[in-house]
Amino acid sequence: MKIVDRFEVPWYQYLNEASKLADEVPPLAEDSKSLLELYRMMVLVRTMDTKAIALQRTGKLGTYPSTRGQEAVFVGVGNAMQKTDIFVPYYRDMGTLIQRGVKLSQILQYWGGDERGNCYNNNDFPYSVPIGSQTLHAAGAAYAIKFRKEKRAVLSMIGEGATSQGDVYEAMNVAGVWKLPLVFVVCNNQWAISVSRESQTAAHTIAQKAIAAGFQGEQVDGNDIIAVQHRTALALKNAREKGEPHLLEIICYRQHDHTTADDASRYEPKSNREAEWKKEPVARLRRYLEDNKFWSEEKEQALQVECASEVDEAVKEYLSVTPQPLESMFDYLYARLPEIYEPQRDLLKEVENTVHG
Amino acid sequence: MAEITLVEAVNQALAYEMQANHDVIVMGEDVAKNGGVFRATIGLLDKFGPERVLDTPLAESMIAGLAVGMAAQGLKPVAEFQFMGFIYPALDEIINHASRMRNRTRGRLTCPVVFRTPFGAGIHAPEHHSESTEAYFAHTPGLRVVVPSSPARAYGLLLAAIRDPDPVIFLEPSRLYRYAKQEVKDDGKALPLDVCFTLRSGDDVTLVTWGAMVKETLAAAESLSQAGISAEVIDVATIKPLDMNTILASVEKTGRCVVIHEAPLTCGVGAEILAQIVEKALFSLKAPPERVTGFDTIVPYARLEKYYIPSEKRIIDAVNRLMEFA
Repeated sequence: MKIVDRFEVPWYQYLNEASKLADEVPPLAEDSKSLLELYRMMVLVRTMDTKAIALQRTGKLGTYPSTRGQEAVFVGVGNAMQKTDIFVPYYRDMGTLIQRGVKLSQILQYWGGDERGNCYNNNDFPYSVPIGSQTLHAAGAAYAIKFRKEKRAVLSMIGEGATSQGDVYEAMNVAGVWKLPLVFVVCNNQWAISVSRESQTAAHTIAQKAIAAGFQGEQVDGNDIIAVQHRTALALKNAREKGEPHLLEIICYRQHDHTTADDASRYEPKSNREAEWKKEPVARLRRYLEDNKFWSEEKEQALQVECASEVDEAVKEYLSVTPQPLESMFDYLYARLPEIYEPQRDLLKEVENTVHG
Repeated sequence: MAEITLVEAVNQALAYEMQANHDVIVMGEDVAKNGGVFRATIGLLDKFGPERVLDTPLAESMIAGLAVGMAAQGLKPVAEFQFMGFIYPALDEIINHASRMRNRTRGRLTCPVVFRTPFGAGIHAPEHHSESTEAYFAHTPGLRVVVPSSPARAYGLLLAAIRDPDPVIFLEPSRLYRYAKQEVKDDGKALPLDVCFTLRSGDDVTLVTWGAMVKETLAAAESLSQAGISAEVIDVATIKPLDMNTILASVEKTGRCVVIHEAPLTCGVGAEILAQIVEKALFSLKAPPERVTGFDTIVPYARLEKYYIPSEKRIIDAVNRLMEFA
């Protein structure tokens, strides 16, 4: 017998639970301007998240998946991406979408049941609802980039539950074989609706799944936005410059039900959230900023007011949007609607006239 | 002008369009070095290189998902599934994503992919190599389903499919791959999608079919003409969207209709065609229309498969029943 290979899975944290820095930190840890930007974005996301839940509870929004407690994952990832990169989201990453230039009102529009919420001003993919299937689109998009010899990268986000899907293995496998400029980000928030991380896989880490596909995986403390931003930026840089795929398992905790249609008290031990809340990312960064005199209660108050007003504006805009015409159901089915479907569209026009005419 | 087979016509169309459009990518299992298990992609690797002719890892959902991603970012993938019986892992990508990307993004991202696959029985292959499940795709909004039945139509329709801005399921009748040769001009001229082709004019009965069954149907029409019955033969060619105008005009003329397909009877595309005939041309009918189809069974293994495929005799019998209907 001989050992033919050995592997290691690193774990990264730069800002610990007590808001203290590790011995070796990336430049971001000392860059107050960038940290304040990240902090502001996390507060905006949390404000928006709270508002979205309230809108759903009052019948003004459809089912909505909260990002509470996971702000550092989405904000850190979104911040690390370059404009020319391509983002392939899953449905929970509002913080990333905002930084990709998607308007808050558009995000509400999507969850309010309007396809126009997917009309971004870039080539990013829209939310994909079938779990994990979008990682294959990410691989295809990464191939398009490689084919054109462009210095861009694709970043695909999934939850840890998605790593049980065959599509995700297929995407990782081809990314490894074809050396695609593709970063897989797994937001490991410990729950896939009611199924826990432990029930999802017997693997010690999610990160190690990359190793079988022939590239590196790592774990990142998802409550430490410095680690999330820095490790993602590095992975993207390697993807752009060296065509190396990579997997980041970002570990966090879902501080809410799966969606507003879920009731986690049916399956989640009550003490979990409280214990995990002590690690939550927004307060962790705030303490660090305050300890270093970059932040104060006064500034916090001002930021809260500013975010609330930005969110209120978005809600106003969202609520004032007029619905699409009924025949829009047919407008984007094909580049040109085949003649045979015209009578069906005309039927909708008649209904439109009775409803809105 | 050379005489070529249907599979050679597929190859010729792929080569023509790859030459004309640098964004066209051919991908699938064994399509590069091996030239495809039916040799539909033979020679393309040498002509266009490994960046445009891709041997993929062995995973059908992956092939479809990659194609969706490539297409959404401006490439024109032509993805091959080795046999239709292996396409099902890709249904999630085809039905949930390829057919919906344009609609989901209100036209911001599109999915101009061609999903090619050989289909149908009659080549003495193992299980899962003989399926004709075009109805699954015909039921899916946002897709086109195209079936050639001759070398010339394979060439012209495949060019049209690649140039189409929306996803196309392109079903190649494997039984006809090397059945007959035909002169096909390699001039890059596409044939129209979304229209039927009337292969033979007639006054007494309309025979509607597609794919490999065109062969038995044309033979039946010839035999019927010997018996003094004049059959019009329509090759549907594009199953979705269905050109009912051509079919209805013919049925209004002849007053009789038989739909022939290899796929099982129940919920086959023939059911849709007959439903529309009944809805729109009932009073032109001189006899109840019929369907001659594969049975509602699993396609049998090779030894019995010829009894599964509708025969020329079954078509003739159906027409005779219609002619004798008083």
